[in-house]
Amino acid sequence: MNSFFKYFTDIFYAIKSLLTGMKVTGRYFFSPWEIVTQQYPENRKKLKMFDRFKGEVIMPHNERNEHRCTGCGICETNCPNGSIEVVPVRINMPDGKKKRIIDKHIYHLSMCTFCALCIKTCPSDALAWGQEFEHAVFDRTKLTKILNQPGSSITKDIEE
Amino acid sequence: MTFSIYDFTSFTQSVDKFLYENLTPFWALIVEMTIIGLVVLVFYALVGLFLVYAERKVCAFMQNRVGPNRVGPYGIVQTIADLFKLLMKELIYIKNADKLLFNIAPFIVIIASFMAISAIPFAKGLHAIDFDIGILYVIAVSSLGVVGVLLAGWSSNNKYSLIGAMRSGAQIVSYELSVGLSLLTIIILAGTMQFSAIVAGQENGWFIFKGHIPALIAFIIFLIASTAETNRGPFDLAEAESELTAGYHTEYSGIKFAFFFLAEYMNMFIVASIAATVFLGGWMPFHVGGWEGFNHVMDFIPPLFWYFGKTAFVIFMMMWFKWTFPRLRIDQLLTLEWKYLLPINLVNILLMAFVVLMGWHF
Repeated sequence: MNSFFKYFTDIFYAIKSLLTGMKVTGRYFFSPWEIVTQQYPENRKKLKMFDRFKGEVIMPHNERNEHRCTGCGICETNCPNGSIEVVPVRINMPDGKKKRIIDKHIYHLSMCTFCALCIKTCPSDALAWGQEFEHAVFDRTKLTKILNQPGSSITKDIEE
Repeated sequence: MTFSIYDFTSFTQSVDKFLYENLTPFWALIVEMTIIGLVVLVFYALVGLFLVYAERKVCAFMQNRVGPNRVGPYGIVQTIADLFKLLMKELIYIKNADKLLFNIAPFIVIIASFMAISAIPFAKGLHAIDFDIGILYVIAVSSLGVVGVLLAGWSSNNKYSLIGAMRSGAQIVSYELSVGLSLLTIIILAGTMQFSAIVAGQENGWFIFKGHIPALIAFIIFLIASTAETNRGPFDLAEAESELTAGYHTEYSGIKFAFFFLAEYMNMFIVASIAATVFLGGWMPFHVGGWEGFNHVMDFIPPLFWYFGKTAFVIFMMMWFKWTFPRLRIDQLLTLEWKYLLPINLVNILLMAFVVLMGWHF
């Protein structure tokens, strides 16, 4: 008798669970505004990447064209692919001391694996992730970028 | 010649009369058969193309995607582009395959569905051939397709094809029973197997309402069993992409593959139109016995619209099943049929016979 009831309860339980599944897909079918697919080339103008997106390594500059890179070279040492080259120069300070600053912070996008080791290890938070992702170019030399902007200098609020 | 969208009888009869007046009976018959063949062929291609598009769109929406939207507005030309791609593809000949059977198999599959479509009433008078055993004929002919599937699997000389074909065979042998028995339930209520008489019998209410509980159970069983019979998901073990690459049509390419593909969608259409005709009244508008004014309003909607609306509803249900449920294992498939559907179906026939005997139907 027990198995007799189980036969029918099984059927009703099965129908109930099937209807649960159909409810989910049915709700999706009748709510097309929930579609998650991005219509990429069409929505290019208003497409905003999410905050943690790893587009490329950039060096943020403030409004006075100042960056935070001291030229210590930790990022260059840590990069597993050798895609960063820091070219330092020594300049004479007004008080007679010599100071090491960067001449060029060269970043080879073509060699980068976006591992974020440079950004994580930078002691002065000079590097960050950019949101740009359309990296296709016709000439691979264009993938070698100089991250510090021309004429930029180091901010005053970095402790020596 | 009078043409009315509500009743095609006078139109088809005038064409028939015109042919018999101008030709000898033999040639008139040949010309008539050719015309009907061409009409069915064009219809077949159009419905096949549309269903593939509809399936992709429905599937996409159910999975929160957009679906084809690049070729033409909303992607409506996508399936035509796909058809041309398939037509231009190379037909690959398999080494050590049984050439004759390998080439015949797609034609058997497509001819089976082609024959079934001729017995279906589309509207009043729009009915290629009205057998007095229409339902029996459709069941017999539509299950011929499995012969093609088995031949395709056997002749391909490929283990995946063979496993897929054998599964398909086991599946159709089992589920054919449920399809037949659930239709038999309605035949008891209708008292006839002729499609035109079945549709006419639903003038004062569709059979799913007239036969209430047993008819509803039969309708659900028919939906499940016919989904299995057309080898569609969740019963698509015959082609199970994840385990058998493509099952019985793994080795086919180009237009031969397209035949299998088209036949699958046409089988779905045929099964849906049988469900619509037998349970939901076919081309008969929604009538309630006794409500004269309401019935007249419903009569203004053309029968073709009713027919395609109901068929589209059943097809949508089948697509909904496919894109919701996971595929069954072969033992689960057979358990579902032999331990659940078949006993319920037999009891249901008894119930329906009792209801008809006592006059408890509407």
